[in-house]
Amino acid sequence: MKIIAAMSGGVDSAVAAARAVEAGHEVIGVHLALSSNPQKYRSGARGCCTIEDSHDARRAADVIGIPFYIWDMADEFHAGVVENFMSEYAAGRTPNPCLRCNEKIKFAAVLDRAKAMGFDGVVTGHYARTQEGADGRTLHRAVDPLKDQSYVLAVLNREQINGAIFPLGDTEKVDIRIEAEARGLAVAQKPDSHDICFVPSGDNAGWLRDRLGSEVGPIVDQDGTKIGEHKGAYTYTIGQRKGLGLTVPTADGSPRFVLKIEPVTNTVVVGAREDLAVTSMRGENPIFCGPVVGAAPVKGFVQVRAHGAALDCTYYMDGSELVAELDAPLLGLATGQAMVIYDGDRVVGSATICETA
Amino acid sequence: MSVYLDHAATTPMFDVAIDAMNSALRKLGNPSSLHTEGRATRKDVEDAREVIARAIDCLPSEVIFTGSGTEANNAAVKGLFWNSEKKVIIVSSIEHHAVLDPALWLADHEGAELIQIPVDSDGLIDLDFLKRTVAARKNEIALISVMHSNNETGVIQPIAEVVKIAGDIPVHCDAVQSFTKVPISYKNLGLFAMTISGHKVGGPLGIGALILRRAVEIPALLHGGGQEREIRSGTLNAPSIVAFAAAVSAHIFDATKVAQLRDSFESGVIAARPDAVINGESAPRLPGISNITFPGTQSDSLLLLMDSEKVSCSTGAACTAGVHRPSHVLMAMGLTDVLSQSSLRFSFGASNSEADVQFALSVLPRVIERGLAANSVGKK
Repeated sequence: MKIIAAMSGGVDSAVAAARAVEAGHEVIGVHLALSSNPQKYRSGARGCCTIEDSHDARRAADVIGIPFYIWDMADEFHAGVVENFMSEYAAGRTPNPCLRCNEKIKFAAVLDRAKAMGFDGVVTGHYARTQEGADGRTLHRAVDPLKDQSYVLAVLNREQINGAIFPLGDTEKVDIRIEAEARGLAVAQKPDSHDICFVPSGDNAGWLRDRLGSEVGPIVDQDGTKIGEHKGAYTYTIGQRKGLGLTVPTADGSPRFVLKIEPVTNTVVVGAREDLAVTSMRGENPIFCGPVVGAAPVKGFVQVRAHGAALDCTYYMDGSELVAELDAPLLGLATGQAMVIYDGDRVVGSATICETA
Repeated sequence: MSVYLDHAATTPMFDVAIDAMNSALRKLGNPSSLHTEGRATRKDVEDAREVIARAIDCLPSEVIFTGSGTEANNAAVKGLFWNSEKKVIIVSSIEHHAVLDPALWLADHEGAELIQIPVDSDGLIDLDFLKRTVAARKNEIALISVMHSNNETGVIQPIAEVVKIAGDIPVHCDAVQSFTKVPISYKNLGLFAMTISGHKVGGPLGIGALILRRAVEIPALLHGGGQEREIRSGTLNAPSIVAFAAAVSAHIFDATKVAQLRDSFESGVIAARPDAVINGESAPRLPGISNITFPGTQSDSLLLLMDSEKVSCSTGAACTAGVHRPSHVLMAMGLTDVLSQSSLRFSFGASNSEADVQFALSVLPRVIERGLAANSVGKK
């Protein structure tokens, strides 16, 4: 097949591209420039589209022996990922921009463009596996549980999964580094990227404050009594305990946690740990990369964070919304996050959490 | 088959230049040394200087060898500015970054006032604008720099008129693309300074020259041994200088033949894509450069597709990150941001043939079709 290798400049995408070449594909390396004003250097594990990263990607492509180009996707990234990140926070939800990037950029804008140009698909360095079965191609967890990225890929629909190749899902990260070393790739020991690539400082709250302003508002307890002030509701996350700056102690001295963010009234509601407990969740805009889920309840697992646990649940569709009822309560669940349903290690589908109870 | 149509970026070294360079590399001797070996190398360098001086019609002492055309442009723009009490720099709006950026740097750091001469839709500078500006600001202008021909469109600028309008004001001319492609006489043009480069004319990379009027002293960028008139220090790069001269004296570039190839290519393109636009078509142009807008496409997609069809061309000038930016040259000619990012440069050289043209034309229709498709889905 003729495929585009999305190369970030990191070790994973470099090895993925090399493996795709070895598998006999005709591969062209592409680095996505996602910032219209890229930083020159990478600082530690933050950022993923600095000029230095594009050099690393180019060098890896040269060593692998494939053509290399840079695609400017800064406008698409800003519109599809950065603006969504801001508007979600402004609406009191907690978005996952990596998911949006996979959904809107890597397996949409890039895949569509690749196909129009005569390519068959996109290969990336994500840790996940695909399998061909009676129901077509399905998405599965990677063998390395610490690196498994099926969660952030669960926003892909069937067609996108069919156009995706994930050559690293069968290998543990530690072995990928050894393989990169053996292949002569200089990025073999480059640190993994963490955090949000477009917030290079790592200070998400500060980044949001700079862009959304910092309108002071009340922090209230569950009966509505004001017990403090905040500097912008969107800089808080459900379940957050630290940094509330509260001076009024609870009667029994127990800590308070953020229970709710109300953007319309710019209010942060706090309460006791047990009030964070959630036993069911509803998600909107579901996407199924396997057989479509129906109204009949099915036993399975739900995961609500990129590296969170798979929680036992019963899931079903209720109208246009995907519902998961947990076997055991979960403490602290933010709306805006993705709920991803698994059947064993197979991804069933995902939805954006809009309501918890 | 693979076809190279990016000779304006760099062109293959001529065999005579490679041979000259190889034998010079085997020679021992720093041209500044006083012993036998040093004198022998110095002789080779001075022979080469005379060859280049004859080709550009200047005095041998007016040739200052540099490490690149960029260095020569920097030395000229900064040097002529620093040499003057005056603060205004006038450049054309379509200069190569090697002229534009030093001028912008002087504006940002040294109090220069930068005035850019607009161009018309054919890419020719507005001489009336220059006349008005010179008339109004005559006593404030440190230098004027206008390129001999543009590297993206090949459009040749009216340098003789620029010099006439300038009067006593020093004029620098970046002639990197024009040298050996069209007749140029430094002396007859009456320029203060001119830039030429080795690798655009069949010589090696890493050698250029600033042609600077005799007895004009400008401050150095590189201080050291003072090898080149105290204006440029650094051990003379004898093998590259010798090879540069060998390429210049070979007269291998046949302007008539190259212009025929370009014309054949352009008529083939227009036949295949009647909506394509040849930028600067009605202006005088270099024989080898063709800049074409393909409406509805994205030039970086086209470049990838041409490359995978084994045809090498260019989107203009790439920046450090390799991200394609709209061409300041095409935008100065009045193209929109979108159209200027829908354009490719094809540049022909001495090594091209009609078979190359026909091959490029044979792949072009499917490249454009796919480029149009990619643009309609992948990009807004």
